[in-house]
Amino acid sequence: MSLHEKLVSSFMVLENQGKLDLDSSIHDIRTEAISSFEKQGFPTKKDEEWKYTSLKPILKYDYSVFPKVETAIEFKDVKKYFLHEIESYKLVFIDGVYSSFLSSTTHDGYDICLMSAAYKNPKYKLVLDNYYNKIANKKDSITNLNTAFSMEGAYIHIPKNIVLPKPIQIVNFYTGSEKEILLQPRNLVVVGENSHVQIIERHQSLSSNVVLTNAVTEIFASKRAIVHYYKIQNDDENASLIDSTYVQQKDNSIVSVNTYSFGGKLTRNNLEFYQDGEYIESHLNGISILNNKQHVDNHTLVKHQTPNCESFEAYKGIYDDASTGVFNGKVIVDQEAQKTNAFQQNNNILIGDKATINSKPQLEIFADDVKCSHGCTIGQLDESALFYMQSRGIPAKEAKALLLYAFTNEVVEKIKIPELKSRITKLIANKLGVKLGFEM
Amino acid sequence: MLKIKNLHAGIEDKGILKGINLEVKAGEIHAIMGPNGSGKSTLSAVVAGNETYEVSEGSITLDNEDILELSPDERAHRGVFMSFQYPIEIPGVSTTNFIKTAINEKRKANGLEDLPAKDMLKLIREKSELLEMDRKFLSRSLNEGFSGGEKKRNEIFQMAMLEPKLAILDETDSGLDIDALKIVANGVNKLRNKENAVIVITHYQRLLDYIVPDFVHVLHDGKIVKSGGKELAHELEEKGYDWIKELA
Repeated sequence: MSLHEKLVSSFMVLENQGKLDLDSSIHDIRTEAISSFEKQGFPTKKDEEWKYTSLKPILKYDYSVFPKVETAIEFKDVKKYFLHEIESYKLVFIDGVYSSFLSSTTHDGYDICLMSAAYKNPKYKLVLDNYYNKIANKKDSITNLNTAFSMEGAYIHIPKNIVLPKPIQIVNFYTGSEKEILLQPRNLVVVGENSHVQIIERHQSLSSNVVLTNAVTEIFASKRAIVHYYKIQNDDENASLIDSTYVQQKDNSIVSVNTYSFGGKLTRNNLEFYQDGEYIESHLNGISILNNKQHVDNHTLVKHQTPNCESFEAYKGIYDDASTGVFNGKVIVDQEAQKTNAFQQNNNILIGDKATINSKPQLEIFADDVKCSHGCTIGQLDESALFYMQSRGIPAKEAKALLLYAFTNEVVEKIKIPELKSRITKLIANKLGVKLGFEM
Repeated sequence: MLKIKNLHAGIEDKGILKGINLEVKAGEIHAIMGPNGSGKSTLSAVVAGNETYEVSEGSITLDNEDILELSPDERAHRGVFMSFQYPIEIPGVSTTNFIKTAINEKRKANGLEDLPAKDMLKLIREKSELLEMDRKFLSRSLNEGFSGGEKKRNEIFQMAMLEPKLAILDETDSGLDIDALKIVANGVNKLRNKENAVIVITHYQRLLDYIVPDFVHVLHDGKIVKSGGKELAHELEEKGYDWIKELA
């Protein structure tokens, strides 16, 4: 039985076991999603959007869809995966199950809690009816798969005029309790007018067992809301991730999604921004540093649907050994979206002889009074710069690292949380295998 | 200090240096002059360890140690410094961070601890004042968007920070106006002492009015065809290089 068949029949099992609330509107969404998934199946390399990323190597496993055992973990063992230097709200999941022990939630004026509670509790029904699965891409079979199965995740609802006093950390741990596991977390982030939110998200495997995470996040930013979302992808080499994030923005809102991909086996990021109002700013930033046979695919879409908005996109990639990268950045400017400013930049350095990058900017512009630019570079380390640095006494290895560091610096500088900036800087230094004598 | 014997070097099959002999002792200033394409920049690049050039014959020793097998950074750790004719721009690395890294790498190679931050700052302040540098250049990305003159001044600033035993100034005067030239020359002169040596590579005599050489060598077609005192520089200025070509 293929994974596709297995998943479709698992859904029926789930229904029969009474694990789903069959009368709820959520269940209607689930049934529709599974039937779409059944028809669509997993994407193959024949799909234009999956031309350079093959799911074959990760679909061959016999994934367990429902974890059978609950595993506890001690904070001291996983402390390093948190940004523990600062106060934060925490939503922690272990093998897909909420850990109240490691978490720190709130309902005090705003809700930072669990999707599982939101699915059940009538109190949240209105928000779910208005937002849940509204911007998730129904044409995307993998998103549909998540919609059908997701049981848990972060539910974040911030009403208007609230500046969150501390960031929210969403951390998903996998303990390796199953040999091969498929996890499907689902996050909903609704931010009211004038409210500010910062979120740091991480998926972390604690064993070398195979894990595939299919995560979906929907973010809604109301008028003048500010949302900064940071994704740390530095997982074990047997962990793969398909992360789909959908953002809808209203007038004068600012949203940034920042993706740092250093680890994992196969990572696919689908990031879609929909602008629905005027004077919106959308920021898409990414750094990928890969080695061995790692693969990261950043697929982004910015849909400018309304006038006077801006988008800024900057992705940097460093590829060593036989690693492979994909950047596909689509920008659509609708006819109504006059006075759009859209900037896109994708810079790559290939270090490994067998490393490859496929970079594809796609601009579809239907308005005539717009400023759009895109730039894509693929290069190698500058030999003359290396000699220059060496001639000043900096050894080749450190000189290379310093150049690569500098290459990513522009994107690192955009991080708004100082402690996170220094954490990302350290992760980059680790990944490049050097210790630098200063913080950049 | 520096002994170059019968040095032959080039790129791939093309010979550029065809038997250079030169000895530089501590406390001396040597000027190497010559027409374009005579091999002046190649000589400095080979001494600094640029691997683009292949050495086919001869030797270079520094304090009796063969340095040809050493990497550029190892040569720097032993006190070799080259001021580039065209300093490289390094976006994303500030001048301050760059020089800190260079100094601490040199110290590490010589078995010393990192220079304490306070001392580093003091040193940076002192040396940047010596070169009359605008402080804002220190926090900007190295050489990025600097004018030609600012880049050269930054080179000498780095030299002042690193206090090399042997400094090679490759066409440091090019791109400098007369005021900047005086500041740079003044910086070099203040760094001089009995323990170190300077090789000034230049096309024109102008710089040598300010950094006065003990010896002048004329390079032509990869060989030193004439050596003399500082008066040789004036002679070249008056007569040009054509008569030199006839010597070869």
